[in-house]
Amino acid sequence: MLKGHQTWVFDSKPVIRAAAAVGGPFEAKGALADDFDILHEDVWLGQDSFEKAEKKLLEQACEKAIDKAGMKKEDIQFLLSGDLMDQIISSSFAARTLGMPYVGIFGACSTSMLGLALAALLVNSGAAENALAAASSHNVAAEKQFRYPTEYGGQKPPTAQWTVTGAGAALVSRDGEGQRVTAATIGRVIDMGISDPFNMGAAMAPAAVDTIQAHLRDLKREPEYYDLIATGDLGRVGHRIAGDLLKKHDIIIPPEILTDCGILIYKEEQPVLAGGSGCACSAMVTYGHFLKRMQKGELSRILVVATGALLSPLSYQQKESIPCIAHAVSIEREQGSI
Amino acid sequence: MSNVKSKKLSLTQQEYKEFAKVRVPNRPVLTNCIRAFIAGGIICTIGQGVQWMFMTYFGFTEVTAGNPTVAVLIMLSVLLTGLGVYDHIAQWAGAGSAVPVTGFANTVASAAIEHRTEGYVLGVGGNMFKLAGPVIAYGVFSAFIVALVKITVQALGGI
Repeated sequence: MLKGHQTWVFDSKPVIRAAAAVGGPFEAKGALADDFDILHEDVWLGQDSFEKAEKKLLEQACEKAIDKAGMKKEDIQFLLSGDLMDQIISSSFAARTLGMPYVGIFGACSTSMLGLALAALLVNSGAAENALAAASSHNVAAEKQFRYPTEYGGQKPPTAQWTVTGAGAALVSRDGEGQRVTAATIGRVIDMGISDPFNMGAAMAPAAVDTIQAHLRDLKREPEYYDLIATGDLGRVGHRIAGDLLKKHDIIIPPEILTDCGILIYKEEQPVLAGGSGCACSAMVTYGHFLKRMQKGELSRILVVATGALLSPLSYQQKESIPCIAHAVSIEREQGSI
Repeated sequence: MSNVKSKKLSLTQQEYKEFAKVRVPNRPVLTNCIRAFIAGGIICTIGQGVQWMFMTYFGFTEVTAGNPTVAVLIMLSVLLTGLGVYDHIAQWAGAGSAVPVTGFANTVASAAIEHRTEGYVLGVGGNMFKLAGPVIAYGVFSAFIVALVKITVQALGGI
């Protein structure tokens, strides 16, 4: 189980039996739209508030994942979910609808992989047969809480990122067929003194690097062990910094292996400045895009390093720097050699 | 200010700040200035046009045309905010659309729209001046100080 300093190796290799990704209108126009299960034309989703819309996204992702596995809600022991809203209301309110035993988690945008790691841990230890890991974010709800009103005309710098509207859910099971969660590395909180909330990429890059480094060290692996190492939402700015920082630490990851979900999810011409961000960014790209590519046989081993900025609107107004975290989960194909 | 802040950072943090700084795209200051000049100029030209209209067709004088002109600009800005256009203009125009009165109207309207879901009193009423509040507070305060200076100078026999 525990290997090295901060890594779990899941001996029973829990299976991602089904996964679902739900997105909003901007994601529907993005580069990976075909890989998402449900796409909405309207950011309101027919609800009367953006907060309710986010809850709806999360509910749909969970229901879709359960449905795809051919299971019922009652078959799942625990729901582990988190989001960016104050007091993680989207998750708790979705859990109210779903009526499952629920563990609310918060790791900002790293929540997606934190949830997947914990779900795999529960299943691996026998504490659950089936556990559902989910995460969501909503562009407008997040802007409203963390920044300015959506329609406010403030000019954003080129380092700013676009919060993804969507949700992703993965059903982790003891039995069944699917890709397997083989290991997870829980990250440390890293604060390199960046305090600009419009430059999250630069703030989070050191956390991603620290976790990748820890993962490779704990498991004594070379980066080439993976076909893909994807950071969660560093965007173009943070991705570049992370790449250079890794080189500085003598970890050479070939550019075709190291990628970032925040860059992948949108098309180049979409006005998202440095790229996507938010819990749903890594959740949708992993559960929608990467798992499908694994299924097709294009990838056999991937490492998803979801990055999170653990700030609050209050903390940055009080001029605090931004503490960041990253959690890495290794997913391998069923046939893949271990 | 930034020096004081840097002192609190550890050596590794300072080193990283430098490391990241060279890898971060800079704000295109010159382009932003030019865009702000163009956009701000266009808004002011529209304002001027409206003022002429009031003076030519509605019998206002140069002084009395000020209020209805500002009202028209505010209405236009609020309308564009409500239709979801103003923020897109602003991303291009920057200070050009923020500095004129239209930018001020946009701060009030956008906050009011955003918090509609929390109700008319606590939502719209309570948050309407979330962004505009500081401008009003410090605007009135500085006007007060300037007036005090003027009165003092006049009392001392100046100007």
